[in-house]
Amino acid sequence: MCLAVPMRLVSIDGAEGKAEVQGVGRGVRLDLVPDAKAGDWLIVHAGYAIEILDEAEAAESMAMVAVAMADEPVRA
Amino acid sequence: MSDKLAGFRDIARVRTLADSIARLDPGRPVRLMHVCGTHENVLCQYGLRELLPEWLTLVAGPGCPVCVCPASDLDLAIRAASMLRVVLATFGDVVRVPAARTSLSDARARGGDVRVVYGAADAVALARAMPDREVVFFAAGFETTACTTAAALRADPPGNFSVLCSHRLVPPALDALLALPGVAPHGFLLPGHVIAITGLGAYRELCLRRPIPMAVGGFEPVDLLLALKDLVEQVVDGRPRVGNDYTRVVRDLGNPAAIQAIDAVFEARDSTWRGIGMIPASGLGLRRSFGGRDAAARFGLEPDPEVADTSPGCRCGDVLLGRLEPEACPLFAGACTPDLPIGPCMVAFEGTCAARYRHRRG
Ligand code: SF4
Repeated sequence: MCLAVPMRLVSIDGAEGKAEVQGVGRGVRLDLVPDAKAGDWLIVHAGYAIEILDEAEAAESMAMVAVAMADEPVRA
Repeated sequence: MSDKLAGFRDIARVRTLADSIARLDPGRPVRLMHVCGTHENVLCQYGLRELLPEWLTLVAGPGCPVCVCPASDLDLAIRAASMLRVVLATFGDVVRVPAARTSLSDARARGGDVRVVYGAADAVALARAMPDREVVFFAAGFETTACTTAAALRADPPGNFSVLCSHRLVPPALDALLALPGVAPHGFLLPGHVIAITGLGAYRELCLRRPIPMAVGGFEPVDLLLALKDLVEQVVDGRPRVGNDYTRVVRDLGNPAAIQAIDAVFEARDSTWRGIGMIPASGLGLRRSFGGRDAAARFGLEPDPEVADTSPGCRCGDVLLGRLEPEACPLFAGACTPDLPIGPCMVAFEGTCAARYRHRRG
């Protein structure tokens, strides 16, 4: 029930939007993300978008992990 | 984007992070606690505990909102469902959770109209579609779900829509856990999608009062290990703080629109948690301005304090406090399975017993 999944916002009609992930679409309420734009990745929970995913931050986390990997001794 | 997220599942990255955690060995056992059913499922699904060094344990706390919901709250929903003209709408997980000797699915078998919905907006749609019925939405869940109930109530639902409110707040529960002898862990892995709503403020305040390492974790294996590494680093350097290791979703101040929705609709009230007991200001009740939407008042439903909270032999209370691993419950996988569950921890998808059962080996 607390499961929340990333979905891409395809279109907006007032407080409702259409979102999809891996070709599966569904309606999503946008009441809690007034700044959402078509094309944004949303975190969707119980039919509501609860946050907009920050792609720059996602790339930054990955870069951090890459640095950690470069520092690691190679596993035998 | 799906490619970018795939990186957060990459096994080489996961192993590297696990190795770098192992090398932080503080020379003593470290016991961390998560408070999120989704974290438990990710841990089990990817077998992440097996990658952790022996000195590090990660137990499950009271992170399943359906499991911590006391039987007396469910009892109200069951009584509402048995009323003429009432349609009881709620999340699928809630329907099968036993309250004393009965559940919502029993109420349905006896003729009660119980519907599973994906969320509050679907319950409102149900009310619109059935103007001659009363739709009661049984609203359980933490802040992540409370903001969706609040949004539904603020979007002018029809008059035949009301709510039985069983929402709960995470920070007061962490506070209460820290006061319980033998329960307090060395650090908390914080639930990313709860903090995405509220932001870090309440946790920083808690960390000042009761210094303990905390780190916000996301829900891919790499996210989880990044947060664990953060926690162990804090344990080792002895400087507790609130780390955010899920920055692509969690902002310092949370989601202002969601916070505003919660504040407009709800106020904090004392609430009982299954396994823990009463925790001051740990639940949400409807504000007076939304009092007309309160199903308990609308249908004269008074909580019955006599409703027993646990089934005989069930150890959910200890499981919810991280005091007992589900596998150590004598009923686990024998008398108690997801098909014939004895306690809520085996019913709900996010229940610790259910997660361990689904992913058990051998
Ligand atoms: S295995 Fe079943 S009986 Fe044992 S604690 Fe879990 S839910 Fe309760």
